[in-house]
Amino acid sequence: MVPALFGAVPVDPEELGMGEHDKPPSLEDLETRLRAARDRRRPAGSGNGAGKGGGSDIGAGIRVAVDLVAGVAVGVALGLILDNWLGTKPWMLIVFFILGSAAGFLNLYRTAQQFERERRDKEEHGS
Amino acid sequence: MASPLHQFEIQPIVPIELGGIDISITNSALWMAIAAVTATAVMVLPVRRGALIPGRWQALSESFYEIIANMVRDNVGTAGRRYFPFVFTLFMFVLFGNVLGLIPYTFTYTSHIAVTFSLAAFIFLAVTAIGIAKHGFRFLGLFFPHGAPAWTAVILIPIELISYLSRPVSLSVRLFANMTVGHVILKVLGGFVVSLGAFYAIPGLLPMAGLVAVTALEVMVAVIQAYIFTILTCIYLNDALHLH
Repeated sequence: MVPALFGAVPVDPEELGMGEHDKPPSLEDLETRLRAARDRRRPAGSGNGAGKGGGSDIGAGIRVAVDLVAGVAVGVALGLILDNWLGTKPWMLIVFFILGSAAGFLNLYRTAQQFERERRDKEEHGS
Repeated sequence: MASPLHQFEIQPIVPIELGGIDISITNSALWMAIAAVTATAVMVLPVRRGALIPGRWQALSESFYEIIANMVRDNVGTAGRRYFPFVFTLFMFVLFGNVLGLIPYTFTYTSHIAVTFSLAAFIFLAVTAIGIAKHGFRFLGLFFPHGAPAWTAVILIPIELISYLSRPVSLSVRLFANMTVGHVILKVLGGFVVSLGAFYAIPGLLPMAGLVAVTALEVMVAVIQAYIFTILTCIYLNDALHLH
């Protein structure tokens, strides 16, 4: 994942004219070749959300756990607030606990989808 | 053995009180300022000369820039260009908070939920405002999947709403938990080294080896968590701009 982090444009040293020491190429020439290399690498258009999140396996684990718990926690908090406000103890808590759990699993599902997309991305690009 | 939680205590350095509100400069505020100054220095000083072939420091600041520029482009697309300065500042602030906090005797402000939640809540509000400003009423379409039968709205909308509201919670808790847990582990292992090493040199070396390994791990966690915090901001921004 580290090489992906440093997203420098992979340029062949030959292409930059570093192979030939006797005649340094002009800067304009270098500039156009750099631009061509960059354009080849970057297809135009909007992002598709298929970025590289990644991290270690521990990081993935913590991410998934926090996603799951956050949904339940927000559900319970909303339930308690609504109960206090409407005086319907404990019904809102029960309803929102269930909805919150569902939201937690939804978060989990979305994170898993993202991991899957990253994995597929990586396979497509090799390594 | 010193308490492993002592390192997270907020201590006022310059007590200031304004209109009954305590706005003292604390160790947390001090380290935020130091992080801001250091980050600015790392970014500005090396590129002052702007050499064509970058030196070490210039290569560092250029790769920071490129990482975030690529991240914004890959995750948000060209529409995200306008938000690049904010995303970049956010990344540097979190990264320097995490990394400077690993130096002994410093203070890690990202280990406080008050700090991380403030950042996450601001991101959440800003992204929601951007989404509403750009799409108006259609922004609410984010809460109902396309093509689902209408009667399922009763269940799906609350679930999607809770899922949306849980974003700032998970964003802030993830960073805060990672930093707090890492620093507690470091402190506990350090305590083992002192208490064992004081009596027997050899057993003291065992937690010492662990401490070295965990320190290396923590450096990695510090960078990765800053990266994840920023990339999730980009993903949320992308959702608001393009409404999947």
